Amino acid sequence: MAIEDDVLVVGGGLAGMTSALQAAREGARVRLVSHKKSTLRHASGLVDVLGYTPDGELVAEPFDALATLPAGHPYELVGVDSVRDGLALFDEVVGDAYYGDHTDANALVPTHGGTVKPTARYPESTAAGLASDPREALLVGFETLTAFDAPLAADHLDAAGVPAATRGVTVPFPGDFRADSRVTRFARALDRDEAVETATGTAGARRALTAAVEPHLDGTERVGFPAVLGDDESSEVRTTLERHLDVPVFEVPMGPPSLPGIRLERLFAAALDDADVRRTTGNPVVDFEADGERIQAVYVDRNGQRAPFHAEEFILATGGLVGKGIDSDREGVIEPVFDCHVPHPDDRYEWFVDEAFGDHPFARFGVDVDGELRPLDADGGIEYENLRAAGGVLGGADFAAEKSGSGISLATGYAAGRAAGEAV
Amino acid sequence: MGRETEVLVIGGGSTGCGIARDLSMRGVDVTLVERGNLTHGTTGRMHGLLHSGGRYAVSDQESAAECIDENRVLRKIASHTVEMTGGLFVQKPGDPDEYFEEKLAGCRECDIPAEVLTGAEAREIEPYLARDVERAIRVPDGAIDPFRLCVANAADAEEHGARIETHAEVTDVFVESGQVRGVEVRHESGPGKRIHREPGTTERIEADHVVNATGAWAGQLGAMAGVEVEVRPSKGVMTVMNCRQVDTVVNRCRPKGDADIVVPHETACILGTTDEEVEDPDDYPEEQWEVDMMIDTLSELVPILSEARTLRSFWGVRPLYEPPDTGTMDPTDITRQFFLLDHADRDDLAGMTTIVGGKFTTYRLMAEQITDHVCEKLGVDAPCRTAEESLPGSDDFSVLRDYMEVFGLRSPIGRRSTERLGSKADDVLQTDDPNPVVCTCEAVTRAELEDAIVDAGTDLNATRIRTRASMGNCQGGFCAHRMAALLHPDHDEATTRAALDDLYAERWKGQRHALWGEQLSQAMLNHALHATTMNRDRDPAAGEEAVEYDRFDAGPSTSTADTATDGGQDECSNPETGGGRGD
Repeated sequence: MAIEDDVLVVGGGLAGMTSALQAAREGARVRLVSHKKSTLRHASGLVDVLGYTPDGELVAEPFDALATLPAGHPYELVGVDSVRDGLALFDEVVGDAYYGDHTDANALVPTHGGTVKPTARYPESTAAGLASDPREALLVGFETLTAFDAPLAADHLDAAGVPAATRGVTVPFPGDFRADSRVTRFARALDRDEAVETATGTAGARRALTAAVEPHLDGTERVGFPAVLGDDESSEVRTTLERHLDVPVFEVPMGPPSLPGIRLERLFAAALDDADVRRTTGNPVVDFEADGERIQAVYVDRNGQRAPFHAEEFILATGGLVGKGIDSDREGVIEPVFDCHVPHPDDRYEWFVDEAFGDHPFARFGVDVDGELRPLDADGGIEYENLRAAGGVLGGADFAAEKSGSGISLATGYAAGRAAGEAV
Repeated sequence: MGRETEVLVIGGGSTGCGIARDLSMRGVDVTLVERGNLTHGTTGRMHGLLHSGGRYAVSDQESAAECIDENRVLRKIASHTVEMTGGLFVQKPGDPDEYFEEKLAGCRECDIPAEVLTGAEAREIEPYLARDVERAIRVPDGAIDPFRLCVANAADAEEHGARIETHAEVTDVFVESGQVRGVEVRHESGPGKRIHREPGTTERIEADHVVNATGAWAGQLGAMAGVEVEVRPSKGVMTVMNCRQVDTVVNRCRPKGDADIVVPHETACILGTTDEEVEDPDDYPEEQWEVDMMIDTLSELVPILSEARTLRSFWGVRPLYEPPDTGTMDPTDITRQFFLLDHADRDDLAGMTTIVGGKFTTYRLMAEQITDHVCEKLGVDAPCRTAEESLPGSDDFSVLRDYMEVFGLRSPIGRRSTERLGSKADDVLQTDDPNPVVCTCEAVTRAELEDAIVDAGTDLNATRIRTRASMGNCQGGFCAHRMAALLHPDHDEATTRAALDDLYAERWKGQRHALWGEQLSQAMLNHALHATTMNRDRDPAAGEEAVEYDRFDAGPSTSTADTATDGGQDECSNPETGGGRGD
């Protein structure tokens, strides 16, 4: 008995989950197939829409600035309404776990590198840390957490001209943890409020942590920690710390593995379950079947067995170079699932520029699509009538420079999901 | 202001550092100046082969004999920088039999231990060797870390009273009445050059004798003194693979050719190389075909290389030299012998000696001979002890210890750290502070980095070569910023940020030659981490324009009157999520 769905989404990141969700909302029977853990856990958990224009100008009002983007940019293809609709879908999924929907303006959020970055939606846990907030801030780092140096970050924020006086201090994370414990270990200790030994006896990890910070408060109006304040129980952990310290507490987003990213993934996974989206995870799509115009099925490898998944409509949301949704070798650049055309210079020495943070062509690698998000072949014709692409697999945007990654995933995921759902 | 020194050595590569060590051990007052960091020139851009001499056993037996002698010496005095991997010269169908026989005979003539293996025996040692390898000659080639060796020489010279001055470029050579009297150096500062000594100043250093150990740059330095040194810089490419496809040095057994060696080195393999004369050792093309040739040609010996992940490529410049009027056309035919040019004899210019040619494996011997020569000029009568006395880190060191016990590190990290640090491990790793791993690819802990920073100052590339931090798969994407943070608060935030930018740029430079497949994916991830999450590409702190913070969201409630004691998140009611705002 063949597995048959209306819409099949390949890829489990933000774009894949958004498109699956929207297709389900259109009434379609949806399945999402994903191979590896999504790159959401690499992501800071911030949801950017547009932070910089193509000229590198800082954007305060992202929706107004969309007009500055060149033709062929994913935002230009789907239009500003899809950007808003994608964000609205996001807001609904995350509920009060995220802030930023009360305004069209970007927020500037301090991150672990010490400067600020523009973003449109930010986890509730980061809200008290916004850089435009004039309240004096204390940043707290941990001795063994080398990715966040609080005194350096405070000086860096000062160099970026933030209005608030900001100090940084480094304290030991309480308890007898190995020197190279990962952030997930700290989060678990706080989640469970594990008993730890301190100089003054045994205490819960939350209380012990605030005890270590208290001597440094010195009248500060808010306290920021690296984003390790719990995983499942993050809200409760933060509330407890606030109660002990008697000031608002916020998290500073970090690199991988990123707890805010992991928490976001969980929120979306719950929404997919609620919408009855079926999920098949842990196995790669290795082949597909088409009749020329339309894709009939994809084949998923299960321990050497090829299992076919049939559907009416397909959505490619496998991500860009990072997640290997776009792959390459010395000869060229490919999209490995459906072998869609990926425009790129023949000479691989034209894939990059010499400056580390220059305007790299590789950062824009991805499939070309029409206004319906259908991938185009080398001659500009449609690859398959029932295939759409969303998120990082799309070409034409340097999301890292623009600070536009999540917004593109939401807008194109929404648009692809809606179109696929409507088509069945 | 001027300073005086007995001998001024110009060039902080292996030869210069070796000379500084030898002179200082003989009680001579030495100052060494280097325009970049140590190993900035050729030493930092080689494949890390400790020659058995097998490579020259047919074409240049004098070099071969020197190599095997020095190979034995370095194993003893620099054990913590050497890995005795062994080496193979392998023969594939079509590689000439008579050359194989000549190679074997040559090794025996030069006292290089050599045994013949069948193809099957060779594949037993190295399973990834091509199926059609017919036979091989096994020789005592090894891998050596030129960075740590060079730094150990400099450190020992300092121990013996030498002054080692990096980021100090010679801008002039003073000549008076037919004699070199000294040099002027400029201490670097400003963007890209971190603070080391008296930034932005120039210094006149007077010396009784000047040694020009600038290798491929010897001609340029000679010109400052008005003499001609006919050095012929020749470039070669090296390509770094992400793991050790082989654990033995693998050479192709045929007459000279490009892309004929794979050297296992720490966690990587280095493929080499080419040999092409260049005009300017600071400016020459680095081309795609060279990288492709390494991978394609060496895949004939080790087929898996064609699919392996490449981390980066880099180019080095050999300081080839031949006496005037030799007229060799092809750089591969130029001898690998070294030459001591006594400018008093040669050019009627007293007070300066130049050393050119030669090779890394024989650096100590070259240093000994030039030191003998300089000591004779100065009337110093002291024996050379560099072949007997171990370098710091290699004295009486046994790696058989329980790292978990000793340093509280997990076993693989302890093992890697201890191998790098050798007998210095106790001093460096025994710390009362927690010692987290900063660079996970290469297992480098904070204590080791902090120890390196003591010498390297704010130059994170100098710290990198001392520790290997940021030299693994991620090429600094995950650790460059963590390394930089160690400079603060001893150095201010702006200096720390500039040091990070320098390191990141240097790591990027080599990766450009490996941007496909896994490494392009890694480069995009690094780009995302540093640009997206950390906003280092558009950092307002580095920008010209002040940010208008009041134009940005300050949160749903910007009430600053009283702090929340109720959990903070209910300072205001979260506005309803407006579904369908766009429809």
